Amino acid sequence: MTALWLAIGFWLAAWGVNVWLSGSRFGRTGPGRALVPILFGVTVLVLWEGLVRGLGIAGVILPAPSVIAARIAGSLPTLWQDFVQTILKGAIPGFLIGSGAAFLTAIAIDRSPFLQRGLLPIGNFVAALPIVGLAPILVMWFGFDWQSKAAVVVVMVFFPMLVNIVAGLQACDRMQRDLMSTWGASYLQSLVKLRLPAAMPFIFNGLKIASTLALIGAIVAEFFGSPIYGMGFRISTEVGRLGLDMVWATIAVAALAGSVFYGLITLIERWVTFWHPSQRH
Amino acid sequence: MSLDRPVIEAKGLDLVFQTADGPVQALQDVNLTINRGDFVSFIGPSGCGKTTFLRCIAALEHPTSGVLTVNGMTPDEARKQRAYGYVFQAAGLYPWRTIAGNIRLPLEIMGFSRAEQEERTERVLELVELKGFGKKFPWQLSGGMQQRASIARALAFDADILLMDEPFGALDEIVRDRLNEEVLKLWARTGKTIGFVTHSIPEAVYLSTKIVVMSPRPGRITDVIDSPLPKERPLDIRDSREFIEIAHRVREGLRAGHHED
Repeated sequence: MTALWLAIGFWLAAWGVNVWLSGSRFGRTGPGRALVPILFGVTVLVLWEGLVRGLGIAGVILPAPSVIAARIAGSLPTLWQDFVQTILKGAIPGFLIGSGAAFLTAIAIDRSPFLQRGLLPIGNFVAALPIVGLAPILVMWFGFDWQSKAAVVVVMVFFPMLVNIVAGLQACDRMQRDLMSTWGASYLQSLVKLRLPAAMPFIFNGLKIASTLALIGAIVAEFFGSPIYGMGFRISTEVGRLGLDMVWATIAVAALAGSVFYGLITLIERWVTFWHPSQRH
Repeated sequence: MSLDRPVIEAKGLDLVFQTADGPVQALQDVNLTINRGDFVSFIGPSGCGKTTFLRCIAALEHPTSGVLTVNGMTPDEARKQRAYGYVFQAAGLYPWRTIAGNIRLPLEIMGFSRAEQEERTERVLELVELKGFGKKFPWQLSGGMQQRASIARALAFDADILLMDEPFGALDEIVRDRLNEEVLKLWARTGKTIGFVTHSIPEAVYLSTKIVVMSPRPGRITDVIDSPLPKERPLDIRDSREFIEIAHRVREGLRAGHHED
């Protein structure tokens, strides 16, 4: 029980420090601002550790953070191999292919009202298919390796991207389009110099949604057949062996990878759409 | 091209908008000839079709019936030949481009060389007194400065016809006076044909060689006044007897159009 009381003590102390920090002058400086969330994160881990140890919770139900950390440190080659297979080979190529295909389709839809009536409902239909039904079929079609995972990701990413790009291409106002027209601009000139820049805030919204979908798709697709590595494979087999610490380790890697992926997109967004009211500071 | 050849010619122009509340007659039987080098103001209450007529010249709206030619071509052909610059009521600058980048945009589209883009951008920035602001973004400038930038943008490519839709409506009186003078100087120097929509009687009289008075429901021309004022117009010409007489006639025309409602 001492572990639990120590953890609760740490929690109260950290709480006190954060209250003081947010009111103090130091809390408004750069390092002070960074310290508050860091302290919060550390407190969550300490409390978690204390609860698990103090109450003697079984590792299958909830392993302590220290156990998960030890597992990560002890299986780095395996985790790296899984990461390469699922994220670098499954999620990212699928994300790029799906977003690229959505972009080309959006341009085609933009050029032709006929396609707008035909393709959007089909995209909608595909997006409504349940992934647990689709994934086994795509595994049958494209094999056990990463190609089928990328295919699942393409299907998941395609529709949200398409909807966002189509909406984005219609985002510029009438006067801006009239101006292009008075200058005798061609479709391509108007697309590149007006409509695509104006669509960027929408496109980045789509990319952010798609980035999380890509991760989910790539991991879940491995449940339906994969080589003997990959994050989805690892989770499903380790659950069967009650190796919950390895499941948690894999989840930690997935969470980290997902955050980095999302953060990268946000950084690029800030750079590309600096002019948008939501990005001006 | 001879001097007296009409640049813009409208004969029996009608335009009906189909709206949710039924058809709206925006223009009715508009007949007007604008010669090369004319400075024509369109004045009238809102809904009189002055902006709509300007948009027809620019091929942004298409008349339902009647004939409209620009430089002897259809407005659409003239648009594709980049016959005019258009200044809208709002600046309509693209927020992801700097002021200089916005002015350069039509030049890029029309395929001017890089050196000429720079040279022209500098020149028109100076003309609208925005020298030194080229590297700012539109949202870093006041509304008046943004509007001046949009005028610079329309001037940059030197089209023969300049169409301006209440360009100075949002500016304060002092800036407005100075820009009016600048527009007159520009017009005298370049011999451009200018179509100018305004709400302001003094502005219309001060600037124009021809004042077109319009009235609403349906939008139509009620009077066309050829101004006897000389081409050289210092600001204090606005206190002269002729000026006041023309202003009076415009006001009477507007009032007559209003009484018919």
